[in-house]
Amino acid sequence: MVTSITSFGRSGLYDWMMQRVTALVLLTYTVFMIGYLLFNPDLGYEQWKELFSGTAMRIYTLLAILSMVAHAWIGMWSVSTDYIKATGARFVFQSACGLLAFIYVVWGVQILWGI
Amino acid sequence: MLVSVYRYNPEVDDAPYMQDVHIDIPGGKDIMVLDLLQLLKEKDSTMAYRRSCREGVCGSDGMNMNGKNGLACITPLSEVVENDKLVLRPLPGLPVIRDLVVDMTQFYKQYEKIKPFLINDTPAPAIERLQSPEERAELDGLYECILCACCSTSCPSFWWNPDKFVGPSGLLQAYRFLADSRDTATNERLAELDDPFSVFRCHGIMNCVNVCPKGLNPTKAIGKIRNMLIQQAT
Ligand code: SF4
Ligand code: SF4
Ligand code: FES
Repeated sequence: MVTSITSFGRSGLYDWMMQRVTALVLLTYTVFMIGYLLFNPDLGYEQWKELFSGTAMRIYTLLAILSMVAHAWIGMWSVSTDYIKATGARFVFQSACGLLAFIYVVWGVQILWGI
Repeated sequence: MLVSVYRYNPEVDDAPYMQDVHIDIPGGKDIMVLDLLQLLKEKDSTMAYRRSCREGVCGSDGMNMNGKNGLACITPLSEVVENDKLVLRPLPGLPVIRDLVVDMTQFYKQYEKIKPFLINDTPAPAIERLQSPEERAELDGLYECILCACCSTSCPSFWWNPDKFVGPSGLLQAYRFLADSRDTATNERLAELDDPFSVFRCHGIMNCVNVCPKGLNPTKAIGKIRNMLIQQAT
C-alpha cells in the first residue's frame, strides 16, 4: 500500500470512480450545450439569460463545475506525480491547481446566482 | 549488416555511448538476436549481456531491439531488423550496470510487494489442496510469466513511478494469486492494492501486452483486479 495525502479521495479506486462519474456529467453537459446552441441558431441575450435563471439549469451547471474541478484535480494530480519529481515544486504546482479550482467554483457560483 | 549497441562500463566510461559494428551473418541465415550478440562478443569480448536458457524460458535476455522490448533468444533478425540495421539497448527505465545488463532490484521489489506465494491459513489437508479443472483453468495466462521485465520496462507509468506503481508484471502475478482458489488472503491482497498508485497508475496504454514474449495480457489482469476492488467496495 502506497500512502498519499494529496490525492483526491486517498483511495485509488475512489479517484478512479470519480474520474469516470465526473466525465459522464461533463459529457452530458457538453452534449446538452452543443444541442441547445444548434437548435437555437438565433440565440439572443434574453433567451440565454432565461435559460440560466431556472433552478434546474443552475443545479446542473453547478454540478458540471464541481465535476470539472474534481476531474481536473485528479488528472492534474496524476500528471504532477508522474512528471514533477522535486517534492517542493510538486507541492507548489498542486497548491496552485487547488487554489485555481477553488476560485473557479466561487466565481462560477457568483455568476450563476448573479444573473 | 549494421548493429548499433549501447555500451557503458561505469569503471572506464564517463557516459554511455552507441557502438556501431558491421557484422556478416554466416550463410545469410535468419538467426536469433542472441546469436548475433554471440558474434559480437567474439569480435569484442568486453561486451556484456545476460542469457541462460537461450529458448525463451529463463527471462534473462530481455532487451530493447530496434525500439521494442523482447527476449533476444527467441527474436529472429527478420522480425526486428529494418533497412539492414539493428539498434540494441538495455531495457528502458532501469539503472544500467553494464552494457545490456540492467539492475532489476526495483522490478523485483514490486514483485515481492504483491506476496507472490499462496496464503492459506486453513489446516493443511493430509495430501494436497485440490483444485477442480475449472479452478485450475483460471490460472492460465497468468502462471506462465517468466519475470523477464519486458512489459514493466515498456510501461510509461512504471518509468515515472517504479517505486510506487507495481507495474504490469507484478500486477499480473497479483491477479494470479487473487484468482487462485486455494488462496484465502483475497481481502488482504486487495486492501494492499487500493491506493492511487499500485494499480490505478495503469492508464491502459497496453505497451505491456504489445511486448510480452509469452503472449500474456497484463492489462486484462489489471482490469480484473479493478473489478474485484469495485465489487468489494460497492
Ligand atoms: S496497460 Fe497499464 S500496465 Fe500495461 S503498459 Fe499500459 S499503463 Fe502500463
Ligand atoms: S508478463 Fe510477459 S513481459 Fe511481463 S514479465 Fe511476464 S513474461 Fe515478461
Ligand atoms: S536466454 Fe533465457 S529467455 Fe532468453
